Amino acid sequence: MAEELVIDADGIHYTPLNKMIRGAAASGVKKVILKNVCGQRFIANGLKCDGIEIEIQGVPGGDLSMFMNGPEITVYGNADHAPGNTMDGGRLIIHGSTGDAVAHSMRGGEVYVRDDVGYRAGIHMKAYMEKKPVLVVGGQSRSFLGEYMAGGILVVLGLDKDCPVDGRGVGSGIHGGAIYLRNVSPEDVDAGIGAKVIVADEEDMEVIKPYILNFCRYFDADPEELMNSPFVKIIPSSARPFANKYCWE
Amino acid sequence: MSIGSVPVKFKVTIDNDRCMLCERCIENCSYGVFRREGQKIVPDSRKCTACHRCVAMCPRDAIDLEEKPNDYRSHPLWTREAREAIYNQAKSGKIILSGMGNALDYPIIFDRLVLDACQVTNPSIDPLREPMELRTYIGKKPERINIKKNNSGDYDLNTEIAPNLKLETPVMIGHMSYGAISLNAQKALAKAVSSVGTFMGTGEGGLHKDLYPYQSNMIVQVASGRFGVDINYLERGAAIEIKIGQGAKPGIGGHLPGEKVAEDVSKTRMIPLHSDAISPAPHHDIYSIEDLVQLVRSLKEATEWKKPVFVKIAAVHNVAAIAAGIARSSADAVVIDGFKGGTGAAPRVFRDHVGMPVEVAIATVDKILREQGIRNEVSVIASGGIRDSADVTKAVALGADAVYIGTAALIAMGCRVCGSCYRGLCPWGIATQRPELVSRLNPDEAAVNVANLINGWTLELAELMGAAGINSIESLRGNRDRLRGYMLDEGILDVLDVKMIGA
Repeated sequence: MAEELVIDADGIHYTPLNKMIRGAAASGVKKVILKNVCGQRFIANGLKCDGIEIEIQGVPGGDLSMFMNGPEITVYGNADHAPGNTMDGGRLIIHGSTGDAVAHSMRGGEVYVRDDVGYRAGIHMKAYMEKKPVLVVGGQSRSFLGEYMAGGILVVLGLDKDCPVDGRGVGSGIHGGAIYLRNVSPEDVDAGIGAKVIVADEEDMEVIKPYILNFCRYFDADPEELMNSPFVKIIPSSARPFANKYCWE
Repeated sequence: MSIGSVPVKFKVTIDNDRCMLCERCIENCSYGVFRREGQKIVPDSRKCTACHRCVAMCPRDAIDLEEKPNDYRSHPLWTREAREAIYNQAKSGKIILSGMGNALDYPIIFDRLVLDACQVTNPSIDPLREPMELRTYIGKKPERINIKKNNSGDYDLNTEIAPNLKLETPVMIGHMSYGAISLNAQKALAKAVSSVGTFMGTGEGGLHKDLYPYQSNMIVQVASGRFGVDINYLERGAAIEIKIGQGAKPGIGGHLPGEKVAEDVSKTRMIPLHSDAISPAPHHDIYSIEDLVQLVRSLKEATEWKKPVFVKIAAVHNVAAIAAGIARSSADAVVIDGFKGGTGAAPRVFRDHVGMPVEVAIATVDKILREQGIRNEVSVIASGGIRDSADVTKAVALGADAVYIGTAALIAMGCRVCGSCYRGLCPWGIATQRPELVSRLNPDEAAVNVANLINGWTLELAELMGAAGINSIESLRGNRDRLRGYMLDEGILDVLDVKMIGA
């Protein structure tokens, strides 16, 4: 089997398309190039395999790389609803914008979005042991960013925007992990219930530095400029947001 | 303290002539009711939850436990419960949490439906000598099958059959997560379902490695918190269930407090030690029926279309329309959880007041699916307050393919329905993660008890079917002619599509 496989996805339904990708991964192909992708959902859904690269040319449909563990996917185009949903490991690099619920409940791995994300990005992301999910957004996020976040790191850079978040309810119900927003002052963040906004310090910058550098490498941005910008950090005001809500009969 | 304390609910007394000071009651009570003072055991009734562990473990029958009669001024409207809830909230300003099923005195429709039996002209069937077909397949059924004779004279099946679960009895055990119940309790249930040829749900708590040997009899759950969900977990299950709602608390999420997230629970749920496990009310990737379709298909695609996918919803007012949407979503079964459903913890106001009885929900769902010609596209599983084989039989006659039991299985393991599951102190080792309490439940013995219960119900179900002249569960399904309503009003009978007694 060749090291590289090119698939013209034009008119192919997602199930046979995924079968081809699985087959390629099983036979040791190192790189799969999908041409003319147009709305096919579930690409690389549940795929577990290290060391394979998947390049998508076009616009993939919903739940791209859901439950995926291992591969690196690069999308040259926008992505629809919920890329990186409940993703376990691997990397997703999107040269464009995405729809809602990107990285929903993501458990591990990294997602980089060059432009904007929709509503509910990074919602309910969680961490466990060595699995620490990361979502980096170059542009802007809409409302409910990082709601119910239980772990991991979420960075929104707001490049070419007035504010990295256009919307309300950042981090409502957050009880773990941290959200980093660039070029915004703490009082301008409409934080949700249970979220606390503080100014990021040097230690925080060290935490996000490797992901910022990755972002710059993938999308040709200036690391110096980004690392020298002010960031705010949104963290849980309590690790137990609901601990005092209940009494019993 | 303007309100003061409320009267005790239960009164514990010790017959000192019978007591031999063995202190087993002190050891067994995790709520700390008993202490020894000199040559006497002294109970503190205020701490009692009526879990009955002390009574069951006393070797001399020296402990007496009674529900204390209401000693407030009696009033039909301002009941003890109403008053005490107000005192509680006046003090705390919080949401009142409760355990187990709905505790209000609603009429139970199952008890007002009577089954039919054959007499002379259409004789009943003796299950002892006639074959009774209780085997049930859960999943999509083809509209028709195509067979073709091949060259060797055999017939080939040319219709692709969707994956189905094969049940030897239409009784399954519903989803009670590791975290809500102990590992020993889950092991007991898993052994039981494996031995009787049925299935159990994992709940939203992941799948502990000790349960891997039983994975072919387990339905893995994907709920809004996605705890313990990764591709390996999905591949292990015999089927996958998306939980949208639960009968005891429709429309709200779940919350396993950090105290219960002990090391093994944290590992199984894949969340840090002692962190809160919050399941938000909605799945944040589902905001429409189209989104549900996407999740159903996403789970199928991830597992290469080898597993049935169920969708569980709470029985609510427009349940039939929702179920029809689910039936069209590529899901293989819709699970309807009625408002008598149990829970480890729910706000009391939800448990007691939201939703509707499962009897009505099954009947209306079955009816609308038949009217729309899609009943064959989805199986219907009913749950929420199924107490005996008569409830199972009636549920099937109203239109269910199978039932889930929850509380009944816990009772088979010793649970006394004290309703204090949310405190994590279950003295029977069921709804607790404390090692010293968990070890009280022997999974092998409890498995036999649960298997016995299901076997007993299955025998009774066969007898009830035989009496009604039915030898196959498929002939009972949706067979409302075998039911009559007794003391039910015309409106309910109309909704149930069941005739009045005598008609």
